[in-house]
Amino acid sequence: MANFYTDNPNLKSHLQHPLMKKIVELKERNFADAEKYDYAPLDFEDAMDSYDKVLEVVGEICGDVIAENAEDVDHTGPRVENNRVIYAEGTKKNLEACRKAGLMGMSMPRRLGGLNFPITPYIMAADIVSRADAGFENLWGLQDCAETIYEFADEDQKERYIKRVCEGETMSMDLTEPDAGSDLQSVMLKATQKEDGSWVLNGVKRFITNGDSDIHLVLARSEEGTKDGRGLSMFIYDKRNGGVNVRRIENKMGIKGSPTCELVYKDAPAELCGSRKLGLIKYVMALMNGARLGIAAQSVGISEAAYREALDYAKDRKQFGKAIIEFPAVAEILSVMKAKLDASRALLYACARFVDIYKIYDDIAKERPLTKEEKLEAKAYSKLADAFTPLAKGMGSEFCNQNTYDCIQIHGGSGFMKDYRCERLYRDARITSIYEGTTQLQVVAAIRHVTTGTYLNFIKEALNAEVSEKHAGAKKLLDEMAEQYEAAVANVLEVKDQAYTDFMARRLVEMAGHTVMGCLLLEEAERNEAFDKSLEVYVKYGQAECTKHADFISNFKLEELAAYTY
Amino acid sequence: MSLNIIVLAKQVPDTRNVGKDAMKEDGTVNRAALPAIFNPEDLNALEQALRLKDMYPGSKVTILTMGPARAAEIIREGLYRGADDGVVLSDRAFAGSDTLATSYALSAAIKKLGNYDIIIGGRQAIDGDTAQVGPQVAEKLGLPTVTYAEEIVDADNGKVTVKRRIESGVETVKAPLPLVVTVNGSAAPCRPRNAKCLQKYKYAAVPSEVATDDKKKELIEKRPYLNIGEWNAAYVDADLAQCGLAGSPTKVKSIENVVFTAKEARKIENTDEAVEDLIKELIANHTIG
Repeated sequence: MANFYTDNPNLKSHLQHPLMKKIVELKERNFADAEKYDYAPLDFEDAMDSYDKVLEVVGEICGDVIAENAEDVDHTGPRVENNRVIYAEGTKKNLEACRKAGLMGMSMPRRLGGLNFPITPYIMAADIVSRADAGFENLWGLQDCAETIYEFADEDQKERYIKRVCEGETMSMDLTEPDAGSDLQSVMLKATQKEDGSWVLNGVKRFITNGDSDIHLVLARSEEGTKDGRGLSMFIYDKRNGGVNVRRIENKMGIKGSPTCELVYKDAPAELCGSRKLGLIKYVMALMNGARLGIAAQSVGISEAAYREALDYAKDRKQFGKAIIEFPAVAEILSVMKAKLDASRALLYACARFVDIYKIYDDIAKERPLTKEEKLEAKAYSKLADAFTPLAKGMGSEFCNQNTYDCIQIHGGSGFMKDYRCERLYRDARITSIYEGTTQLQVVAAIRHVTTGTYLNFIKEALNAEVSEKHAGAKKLLDEMAEQYEAAVANVLEVKDQAYTDFMARRLVEMAGHTVMGCLLLEEAERNEAFDKSLEVYVKYGQAECTKHADFISNFKLEELAAYTY
Repeated sequence: MSLNIIVLAKQVPDTRNVGKDAMKEDGTVNRAALPAIFNPEDLNALEQALRLKDMYPGSKVTILTMGPARAAEIIREGLYRGADDGVVLSDRAFAGSDTLATSYALSAAIKKLGNYDIIIGGRQAIDGDTAQVGPQVAEKLGLPTVTYAEEIVDADNGKVTVKRRIESGVETVKAPLPLVVTVNGSAAPCRPRNAKCLQKYKYAAVPSEVATDDKKKELIEKRPYLNIGEWNAAYVDADLAQCGLAGSPTKVKSIENVVFTAKEARKIENTDEAVEDLIKELIANHTIG
């Protein structure tokens, strides 16, 4: 009888962010669907009410079904029989509940069977699902791939595939190969065009999440003799046609319910999605950005679970005659956990809103030319989304790992035993800072927004707003952090040495992250006092972190780089 | 083949989350202090109905509940999960109904609905725990009853196959349509609310709920499927003498809080004589009868 949405009022607070009005009105095109679909909203309030009600269903399924099955799924996991993946019993039940509840294809348009939800409430559902079972989030969250089909495939493919996803069929994105992990340009899976124009795929893919899905997006080399990313195209493989077998699934440390497959393609028929040669340089980049936001949501969901487990245990566990939460050392850990959780969640939803606006404009641009103002706005939000996505994924996943570590610490020796949920959270968390681009690669994606000033402009604008008296202290610290950050960036760039900038990139991105998250928490706290405490704790924490980095940078001499070189 | 299915459902106080103020001084239930919920076994019943609808496309699931206008919430909950229609049977004349008067009123409404193949209800409601209403409805409509159902397997060629939970295991029975089935809590849990149905039906209401809300009234006029039937005694041609308190032979003398404890155990042989002796004994000491 648990509801993971209603028991966490902070979620609704994020959902009610003022920018949602713009998002919903754009997404619903003046609510024109209300005439055509009996489940389309009549106006803004109606749409928001629907998001709220549907998230309540998500919360209920997560509390009553998915969280309940999580332990068993973690223990049994999926298996391979006759080259096919068989999910754990709990996974089957989870999927069935999500299908019955109509939670597949949430962001797809109604004409293709979707709910036409903006990304923001969809990401909120991902956050909630991840709190219940991060491994299951992978299977459910792969509905993201439909987004790529919607953006780049032709109308006929959209009709045929997206409708199936909305009815509950699962997806996978088959990118990685044994010799192509972070470096996807080296993908070798071979796509051959036959005389009749159709394509077949041959080769091997590795580490494919949910690799036995119904509908695959496959990155393959369509241009014979090429070696780089420009020879790669995107294909859709339909499991109904056969040709792809699961050779084995990996035995992983965490997210054990999610099958990670090695796939063998043998003359597997496939359809080209979009244009040839744009597979990596355009479509995978879009796919990855969506997936990264998904992992940011997964990280926040696991963080939430870790914080709650730790809090409950600390209230319950008595030592020296009192609950351990009464000891300052324990209370501090919990406060910082909560601050990191709230900060990364504020960043997640800020990012989701930015993605929403630019994607909706992209979609509208297919129907009519955008006005000059709209184009400018779309461009600005696209840039913000591009800047915030690696930050949300990178920082969010690191915080998630830190929170699950601290969750075990609060549990003491018991936390090291298999008996408590915290050990699963700790294992599940570990992948979040690795897949869909490691934290190090998020830094690579984020650094140009450090050097070009995207973060700084955002921070300055945020700190320009008037704040209430009670937040004046936090605001002052944030002003200092912003100055410190600006100076550090200038320090690094002044050296004009690429290796040096690369070396300092992580520090600068983290400083940007702490300051941005502080600003976002300040904004949330201005709207809702539930964030006051986290704002205070986070700004203190972030300032100390920024000072550490600033000191390191200002004390570092270029020639010292040699000590860090192999 | 498609079926007309009626689900009997009841809005009940959530006795699973009982607080200190759950009972009034006089020993009756303080309904105001308890959240009103869909009776749990009626949800199991609804799931069986929806599975039949999945199995026999074109089937129609109608939810029937008796209660005040706010019991329309039960109908909405059913619509969110895939039911097609609902009726709230609501009249002051029904107030104070015991199981006999309830089953009378429900059977009158079912006759009014007409054209039914299967009537499915939960085994019992968590507020009264009698398990009488389902079988009584069957009796009044002259239909066979299958109780303690765990799964309605199929409904082909005018017969249903039902697995029912009995003390020693599961019994599979066949019965002719139309009939009444009461479903046990051990049956499959009800499916979740569906996001599309939820958005489609969230403004569904009985007329008295929206009497003062012109905006909603207008919307319901435009979208007739949002109108939930609200039927009174006269509409279902009910004989007022058999309704409510007047039609309820059950009289509550007093209510005591009883904690069941086993004092002694006796083993009864599995023979007709032994059972008869036990019944006689129980009647003699007023345990039953």
